[in-house]
Amino acid sequence: MRYLPLSDTDRSEMLARIGVKTVDELFADVPKNLLLKEPLDLPRRKGEMEVERILSRMSARNVTASSVPFFVGAGAYKHHVPATVDHLIQRSEFLTSYTPYQPEIAQGTLQYLFEFQTQVAALTGMEVANASMYDGSTGTGEAVLMAHRVTKRRKAVLSGGLHPHYAEVVRTLSDMASDAVVTMQPDVSGSEDILSQIDDSVSCVVVQSPDVFGNVRDLKPIAEKAHQHGALLIAVFTEAVSLGLVASSGSQGADIVVGEGQSIGNALNFGGPYVGLFATQSKFIRQMPGRLCGETVDADGNRGFVLTLSTREQHIRRDKATSNICTNSGLCALAFTIHMTLLGETGLKRLARVNHANAIKLADQLARVKGVEVLNKTFFNEFTVKLAKPAAEVVEALAAKGVLAGVPVSRLLPGAGLDNLLLVASTEVNTDDDRAALVAALKEVL
Amino acid sequence: MLNRQGRPTAAGEAGTNAHPTFTGNKALAQIEPLLFEIGRHDTTGVDIDEPEDFEPRLGGLERKEAIGLPGLSEPETMRHYVRLSQMNYGIDTGLFPLGSCTMKHNARLNERMARLPGFSDVHPLQPVSTVQGALELMNELGRYLVTLTNMTAVALSPKAGAHGELCGMMAIKAAIEARGEGKTRNVVLVPDSAHGTNPATAALIGFVVKPVPAREDGTVHVEDVKERLGPDVAAIMLTNPNTCGLFEPQVVEIAKAIHEAGAYFYCDGANFNAIVGKARPGDLGVDAMHINLHKTFSTPHGGGGPGSGPVVLSERLAPFAPVPFVRMGKDGFELVEQASDAAEKPFGRMTAFHGQMGMYVRALSYMLSHGSDGMKQASEDAVLNANYVRAGLSDLMSLPFGNKPCMHEVLFDDAWLKDTGVTTLDIAKAMIDEGYHPMTMYFPLVVHGAMLIEPTESESKSSLDFFIATLRDLAMAAKTGNDKERFTGAPHHAPRRRLDETRAARNPVLKWTPPAPVAEAAE
Repeated sequence: MRYLPLSDTDRSEMLARIGVKTVDELFADVPKNLLLKEPLDLPRRKGEMEVERILSRMSARNVTASSVPFFVGAGAYKHHVPATVDHLIQRSEFLTSYTPYQPEIAQGTLQYLFEFQTQVAALTGMEVANASMYDGSTGTGEAVLMAHRVTKRRKAVLSGGLHPHYAEVVRTLSDMASDAVVTMQPDVSGSEDILSQIDDSVSCVVVQSPDVFGNVRDLKPIAEKAHQHGALLIAVFTEAVSLGLVASSGSQGADIVVGEGQSIGNALNFGGPYVGLFATQSKFIRQMPGRLCGETVDADGNRGFVLTLSTREQHIRRDKATSNICTNSGLCALAFTIHMTLLGETGLKRLARVNHANAIKLADQLARVKGVEVLNKTFFNEFTVKLAKPAAEVVEALAAKGVLAGVPVSRLLPGAGLDNLLLVASTEVNTDDDRAALVAALKEVL
Repeated sequence: MLNRQGRPTAAGEAGTNAHPTFTGNKALAQIEPLLFEIGRHDTTGVDIDEPEDFEPRLGGLERKEAIGLPGLSEPETMRHYVRLSQMNYGIDTGLFPLGSCTMKHNARLNERMARLPGFSDVHPLQPVSTVQGALELMNELGRYLVTLTNMTAVALSPKAGAHGELCGMMAIKAAIEARGEGKTRNVVLVPDSAHGTNPATAALIGFVVKPVPAREDGTVHVEDVKERLGPDVAAIMLTNPNTCGLFEPQVVEIAKAIHEAGAYFYCDGANFNAIVGKARPGDLGVDAMHINLHKTFSTPHGGGGPGSGPVVLSERLAPFAPVPFVRMGKDGFELVEQASDAAEKPFGRMTAFHGQMGMYVRALSYMLSHGSDGMKQASEDAVLNANYVRAGLSDLMSLPFGNKPCMHEVLFDDAWLKDTGVTTLDIAKAMIDEGYHPMTMYFPLVVHGAMLIEPTESESKSSLDFFIATLRDLAMAAKTGNDKERFTGAPHHAPRRRLDETRAARNPVLKWTPPAPVAEAAE
């Protein structure tokens, strides 16, 4: 087996050195009747070529985003990732290293985490950021738990514009922990009355902007009301590129900003791995979940970085920890930070403008199609359209024509009476031809 | 002069710095400033055309303030990160015996497979008719995991080991609530030797954690479990093989006692790599176990993730598995994303989408490559290698539970360092100077000054011989007591000397801030 260096001669010599006759003597604590004698009923070892053949066949059965006019979003976005990013994250020293528990030989990881934290804090307009969460949805769940610790209250209010899967993650966690959750009705127009839900019993209000229907939300009044009642505002985003063009949540008064970083540096990957971004104010750092990288000096006085404030974490505090998270999304955070370094402020803002401009073009073209109504007054690179037919049927019909048109709202919110609504996203990858293909196909189907 | 292992026979002068450089660089070891010290706000390494003029539709919520993000051109970016990478130690650099973390070889075939466009360039919310191959892969991975563990079902979506623990414990909580015992069964038994994630997970969803002691032999005895069982106990969280590197000999009896008391057996599967193809958790009475794909099935650790933590479930817990999951329908694979679409009773949802697809591909590529015969061999070699290290060091270093066979990792304590003035931490840092990543230190907590060594099956015999010889040299040097600075001052040759962690925690600096203007600083 190509990955196993020991030869049978090595094995015999080693067994002799250990002082046993067979390797099964080393498994003596396994109950004899349960120790397997033969390999399990699965295929035997295969060479590289054969493995490639099997997996390539499965891969070929999927329609890739790059191969068709592609407008699918709702929490994961198709962007162009520079070749440099994928090359660098495959450097052995990044790819095959561990969580930096031995900082003297992990300064590479620690320095990029410190840079990542600085970038995320700047982007969100917050004072501090952690070294990543699994993804935006689990980060949102952790943010709610953190708000409960800060406020010593246990009731969250979830906006009807929060991605329904994020809301479900929060509800699952809250139900299990016996915490209260109020979920607002789906808010297609971004005009819900969330202020009336905020009182002295509320720990936090969770609002997404741009929200799942695409609306750009003014967070200031919500932050103000929340703070009047001693509650926190958790601002969520699922499209990190929007941070380049939309006023930061921090500047609007958010206490915790959490979101999905996939759009920068990371492929679609059918849903994962992604990278959760998590930022807050300095006064809350001891209540934060996840790893934090901090600056210090070494014995010679040279600047260096270490994981810090670990007394919050599970390996020290055990059942009193702020979170159970251990492994996070290190390599995806690296991809994010490399792509962000390549973009810089200039590139990110331009990328965001291109996304917004492409979405505007698409919205205007779709608005002229009979049977299509664009519902949004505001949006960044994704918006909601109302179709003359159920969106799920339309999406299937368009897929058959080789156009992936978006996400039917009914897939996220079945039974909500929103069956004719479709979420349509447009990024820098979409061309005029892509837009024309979507318009033409829609005209045929509607 | 080199000896039989091809290593110097005496400590040499390597690394002494007679001629400090003007730059502070040491040839290939380059000092790299922070991005914020070399980047420029008007620089970008990505060529994108400015869009035609447009009227923004942001409702007046345009960003007005600067972000404060510097950029670098492409060649500068490449150099920045390559230089950072050169300050890191990875499996590809050398032996990485970090116990419990399973730093085995990361085959690059798996990287290539994960990047096939049909896996990497597909969206989680595309129509299922356009992702049949991706669902097939998830289904196949699930079949392998269920077969290797002899369990009933698998929940693939958890994002890492601790997330898998959470998923498993949520399934247990849901099952208990379905029995109408949600109010009364709220205690989870956790041995002191457990990973910190176990008690943290149980507490996160409202369980009360109660410890179970391990006996002097490093294992949990069924009588100690029975003593603590009652109508209030929901589950036990037991790691097997345990964190002392031992297979729990009474695991079957413990499972039986747990079940008779109406509780569930959660097994922390962090160490499943020792027994893949040798024993099946389902045969041992396990109800739920997470599998760290990034340990057992070698998906890269990536400096701290991403991981992947699928949970296998027994027949009693399978109905409670969270959404989404894949099932076979009449027209191909289906993806069940809503609890209301399931015939079973899903307890909810762990994450926005379907879990770590990129890791599923790598893990399946590993499994296909090894096959059932190769996976069994890998477990045997991992155990053989750990025992070979034990045999090579047992006369110099102390084994807290006696010199008996271990599983895939061998645990030493610091009794052998008594009165030397050298600590476990010092030994770890001295290993860095010798070119090794240290073992896991001070874990498990039940052993004083723990040193947990997991060589994995990826090491050759000659690599282990060299490693053993090096540790013997260090052990003897520590014991002679006249070479203390070698240890207490270590590392001497790493990119950084020992770092001041107390300072970092006392006054946390968690991001770069621009230096104060010169005039102001002078005041």
